Amino acid sequence: MTAKTIISRPVYGTLSPQPGKHHLFIADAEGALAITDMAGKAPPGFFDGAEIVFIPGGKHIAALEALKPMQLHIAPSFASLLPRLKQMLTNAHMGLRLYLAGTEGLIGQAMQVALEAGIDHTSIETEHRGSLARRMQCVHCKGITENVTTQPATCSHCGLLLLVRDHYSRRLAAFQGVCINAEDRSESPPIEEAFP
Amino acid sequence: MSTGTTKLDVVVSDVVPVNDLVTRFHFRRRDGELLPTFSGGAHVVVEMRDGDRTRLNPYSLMGSPLDTREYTISIRRDDVGRGGSLFMHRQVKPGLEMVISYPVNLFSLDLRAKKHLMLAGGIGITPFMAQTSQLAAAGGNFELHYTCRTASLGTYADVLQQRYGNRVRLYHDDREERIDLERLLSSQPLGTHLYVCGPAGMINWVRDRAASLGWPPETVHFEHFAAPQPGAPFDVTLAVSDKTIRVGEQQSLLEAIEAAGVDPPYLCRGGVCGQCETNVISFDGKFIHNDHWLSEEDHRSGCKIMPCVSRFEGKSLVLER
Repeated sequence: MTAKTIISRPVYGTLSPQPGKHHLFIADAEGALAITDMAGKAPPGFFDGAEIVFIPGGKHIAALEALKPMQLHIAPSFASLLPRLKQMLTNAHMGLRLYLAGTEGLIGQAMQVALEAGIDHTSIETEHRGSLARRMQCVHCKGITENVTTQPATCSHCGLLLLVRDHYSRRLAAFQGVCINAEDRSESPPIEEAFP
Repeated sequence: MSTGTTKLDVVVSDVVPVNDLVTRFHFRRRDGELLPTFSGGAHVVVEMRDGDRTRLNPYSLMGSPLDTREYTISIRRDDVGRGGSLFMHRQVKPGLEMVISYPVNLFSLDLRAKKHLMLAGGIGITPFMAQTSQLAAAGGNFELHYTCRTASLGTYADVLQQRYGNRVRLYHDDREERIDLERLLSSQPLGTHLYVCGPAGMINWVRDRAASLGWPPETVHFEHFAAPQPGAPFDVTLAVSDKTIRVGEQQSLLEAIEAAGVDPPYLCRGGVCGQCETNVISFDGKFIHNDHWLSEEDHRSGCKIMPCVSRFEGKSLVLER
């Protein structure tokens, strides 16, 4: 569970079945377990109208197959999934419900696409599972660094040493990283594993 | 006093009968200046000074938000109501000086929507007159489904069809025309927001169907001003002001509190906005809740009442007011 520190820091819930005509699940790695846990609470036939898109990590595919969803699509990465997801949401109708489970990076990026498609963020079911690794935007060069696990962290674009803030942008699907030694670049605070 | 609603001194600039039941009223500022900006869905509270009695009723602004030289409202005559609409229809003539509140919007468009789906029933068409003007001017994507009893009582149906063509769909009760709600709600593109204004039964029907078809609550907007219902007189003790008052048969609890010189906050006077929510200290009897603000749990608890539209029957009622 993530604690709310400042108002923009996302807080995730526990997936629960919503009324709807179609159900779209997007999950990565241990996010699959959020779906299988939710399945116990779902009404009979719920997965007949459900599509699951899964980015593997670990060995959860068989457990998702066992839910017998209408469709199960395995994608190697979020980037590879993006065109399909955009297409699906463009053609979708009201009555589609979205469920996001897994890492914060996945939830944030899928939500970013959903917001553009006109889904309110409060209408999306989310559950955080697995790594706490963050997607971070360097506020100086604007480059995005994926899978940040340390505090501070080095920007993979401009090389500045950044304090990873809890300040989160839903529009960018990223936490904000601010130079930690702007006054004296020779200062090098200890780097700790903060987001395992 | 009304929270956030400063008063506007206006003069009735025109009174236009629209059909057998509906009349339109135009207001301009007495000082000749422009009226305050508003957005589609906003309402004003009109003060009706009828002898020694003052009624305050909310009405949706129906003119274009792009034109603030005048405000227009349309009022359906209610022959069995508490007399507000009859006063407007019979007593209000061009040139009469009146006082109205600043506009307040409790039924605004969500401009993030990809599409706006509007459902109107009867006189519930008025907020959509303003909202469609606002959207049309900005190239917004909307569709209006309007149910009326008969073609001759389809207030502004002709105007709307002329303005927006096949973006407006009419349903006439006397021709057995019904909205195929299931199909309509199931065929809307993702990102559509739903707006419904009309009789309470219609609003409940649309909200229930939308919820069961998977429309998230954030996408469903509705407005229904409950008119205060007349009822048996009852006595109330206002604990904070240390007063005991009697609520008359044709009076609302809020009006009775105001008549006693106590100034509670209010905004819509129609059981929608929540401003006049009042705590109950003790009671012996039965509440008649008519609002859309409190939860069912609040209604059952006996701890709260909305004095603008709700009443009480019984031995005693003490309010924290």
